[in-house]
Amino acid sequence: MAKEIKAGCARPTGGPVGEKKKKAPVKEESMIEEVRSMIKVGQKAPDFSAPAYHKGKFISVQLSDYLGKWVVLCFYPGDFTFV
Amino acid sequence: MSIDSVFVHKMWNDHELSKMVKGGVPFAMLSDAGGKVGSVFGVYDEDAGVETRGRFIIDPDGVIQGYEVLTPPVGRNVSESLRQIQAFQVVRKSKGTEATPSGWKPGKMTLKPGPDLVGKVWEVWKTNMAFD
Repeated sequence: MAKEIKAGCARPTGGPVGEKKKKAPVKEESMIEEVRSMIKVGQKAPDFSAPAYHKGKFISVQLSDYLGKWVVLCFYPGDFTFV
Repeated sequence: MSIDSVFVHKMWNDHELSKMVKGGVPFAMLSDAGGKVGSVFGVYDEDAGVETRGRFIIDPDGVIQGYEVLTPPVGRNVSESLRQIQAFQVVRKSKGTEATPSGWKPGKMTLKPGPDLVGKVWEVWKTNMAFD
């Protein structure tokens, strides 16, 4: 039977049920660690481009287009997540 | 930026956020399907498939000056983010000759680190200045 989900501040997600998948090869994990450790204060922010919604229009945003300005980049779990 | 599509961003802005902020969200709402950008910034939670509440202050040279990451249920403090940006701007304008002590905000004194100030901070800066 389907159960009702309580609405919380994290976006509800699902996934495979049952036995856990085997861990990814160690090589891949250490690569991810490497990428994570790249973020440090005093160092350049990694450049990226992303689709965006801005004042009624869909646009493409690239971080490096904002060189010369102060930028605040905020991540959040999902739209409609209350806080 | 979240993993939601730009279409969901539009719905959230048009149906809820525009009722909180006149004219809607003034800045771009970015979409990061798959968490690729979040992964690079270290804020993508692979298990949950969402980004955590990460906030990065990036200066005009593209350098990250500060960041803060919170788990989903606790919201950020916008005033503190603004205070930090103002402090980084003061430091940048002084070309690094000035520093902002704990609790600094616009109008409060900055410090000019140098040989003369070593061991003398207690003379010019009091702990109660760390608080509002």
